[in-house]
Amino acid sequence: MGRITWNLRQRTLGMIIFSLLLLLGMIVTGIVIGDDKLAINPDAMNQEPSLDHLFGTDWLGRDMLARTLKGLALSFFVGLLAASSSAMIALTFTLIASWNRALDRIVTWLIDLFLSVPHLVLLLLISFAIGGGFKGVVIGLALTHWPSLTRILRAEMLQVKTAHYVHLSKQLGKTPIWIARRHILPHLLPQLFIGFLLLFPHAILHEAAISFLGFGLPAEQPSIGIILSESMRYLSTGKWWLAVFPGLSLLLMVLLFDTLGQHIRKWVDPFHGQKGV
Amino acid sequence: MRFKKAIRYIIGKLIKLAVLLLAVSILSFILVSNSPVDPIQSYIGADMTRVSPEQRQSIAEYWGLHEPPVQRFLHWGKNLLQGDMGTSLIYRSPVSSIIAERFVASLALMSLAWVLSGLFGFLLGIIAGMKEGTWIDKIIKGYCFTLASTPAFWLGLVLLILFSVWLGWLPIGLSTPAGILADEVSLLERIRHLILPVLTLSIVGVPHIALHTRQKLIEVLNSEYVRFAKAKGELGFTLLWNHGLRNISLPAISVHFASFGELFGGAVLAEQVFSYPGLGQAVVQAGLSGDVPLLLGIALCSTIFVFIGNSIADILYKAIDPRMRRGDL
Repeated sequence: MGRITWNLRQRTLGMIIFSLLLLLGMIVTGIVIGDDKLAINPDAMNQEPSLDHLFGTDWLGRDMLARTLKGLALSFFVGLLAASSSAMIALTFTLIASWNRALDRIVTWLIDLFLSVPHLVLLLLISFAIGGGFKGVVIGLALTHWPSLTRILRAEMLQVKTAHYVHLSKQLGKTPIWIARRHILPHLLPQLFIGFLLLFPHAILHEAAISFLGFGLPAEQPSIGIILSESMRYLSTGKWWLAVFPGLSLLLMVLLFDTLGQHIRKWVDPFHGQKGV
Repeated sequence: MRFKKAIRYIIGKLIKLAVLLLAVSILSFILVSNSPVDPIQSYIGADMTRVSPEQRQSIAEYWGLHEPPVQRFLHWGKNLLQGDMGTSLIYRSPVSSIIAERFVASLALMSLAWVLSGLFGFLLGIIAGMKEGTWIDKIIKGYCFTLASTPAFWLGLVLLILFSVWLGWLPIGLSTPAGILADEVSLLERIRHLILPVLTLSIVGVPHIALHTRQKLIEVLNSEYVRFAKAKGELGFTLLWNHGLRNISLPAISVHFASFGELFGGAVLAEQVFSYPGLGQAVVQAGLSGDVPLLLGIALCSTIFVFIGNSIADILYKAIDPRMRRGDL
């Protein structure tokens, strides 16, 4: 029996399906888990990881695995909202920048402005302005993740704009809106989709960070950031499982999203995909 | 001629900085003054019920809260230009002195971590790049991708569990041991409290620089002049020394300088985990308790910090690459 050898395209597709399935599994179980699993259970307080409670239990006897999965599902929704709004902002700005030189300058300046404040500090300021909570996190994440994607999209847009057919369209008297819609937008869509997928891991990590610092989701939500910041109070007494497993699960989810994004990029755009790391 | 160019470049940069600071201060002022967090309530805290409306009124008047936002902004801006950043509500002392004091602590943390992550990242990048495609390369790449997905604060927590709780080698938090006056803390104790935050921040900083170096080195190794050098019989370390290092080291340093923003963000998290009294911890405290002057002060300071990093990166790029110099200096 010969060893099955897969070519790069098949392997890439395999990785895409693999990470997609794992992610789906994580998110769906997170959604399906009922609130009864999160109930306080005084009989099983502070238990170490065992077969009954794979991730152990916390100081109220809640199962950490259930809390972690719930938290991951929550992270996913926050990430989804934030990344899609960020991608929309990026697309809008790119199309605005395609209009003329002056608008392009303004957009570039805005990108530089947003990148000049440390990301976390800006997130903190926005979250503070909105008063924290779910809304604060989502708006904060959406307003701080667009600059890098806008840069990529703008570069793509500038390239398309120099193409012959765009010049021809212009000479035929087409309006900038027509050119933006018919010529530029279709070229931006693949980049936009991949950019959106690659924003996901960033958004999720930042959500956890800002919740950890106490500006994000309210404390009663089972978010990973909250779980980790709560665990800090119990670490010195040796309850390592409160921090290790939830964080590890978050790492896994972010890693899977990153892998998914990178491989989809490789798959749709083999030339750039293989050049990049 | 060159001198003139340099002067023009510096003046241009300074104007850019001024515009940037103006924009950032307006932006952050708008954000902060729209916050539903009531500064008086967070100032007084639990004693809120004991404060009469008249007292509230007088506090608001004392802080100038009854004025319209534009006027408050102008007032704040005028004082800022004179070097007065206001008084912090939680620390009850001038913002500038708090920032100065905390910045020193943060700088020690960030600069150590910056140097360490730069060295390790560069080294790992070179190893991976030289051995492209081998299992060493794959391990380093996998390690970097995993680290890039690691939440910095979680890594800090894991290190804390490992070294402080289980092994008991290092203290759990605070930059000084409890119960001792700040002046009497020995240098050794300070260093002991610095190790874990620095370690966390260094580990988090590695992947970016390592992957960048690897990519650059692979590009260099695929170039014509390296092929020629190989044809002459140069191999391994000599090849790297003669043709590789010079081409990859300066871009790597530039990239590393341009990462000051992420460094600052990482420091905020690391300081929070290890309760290290730096700028990052102060900004979190300020945000949580509605200390607006301190929040604004730190936002501006961190902007300057990032700007300096980016400017150095920019200058280095120009110094390395004549093509960029010709462009727009």
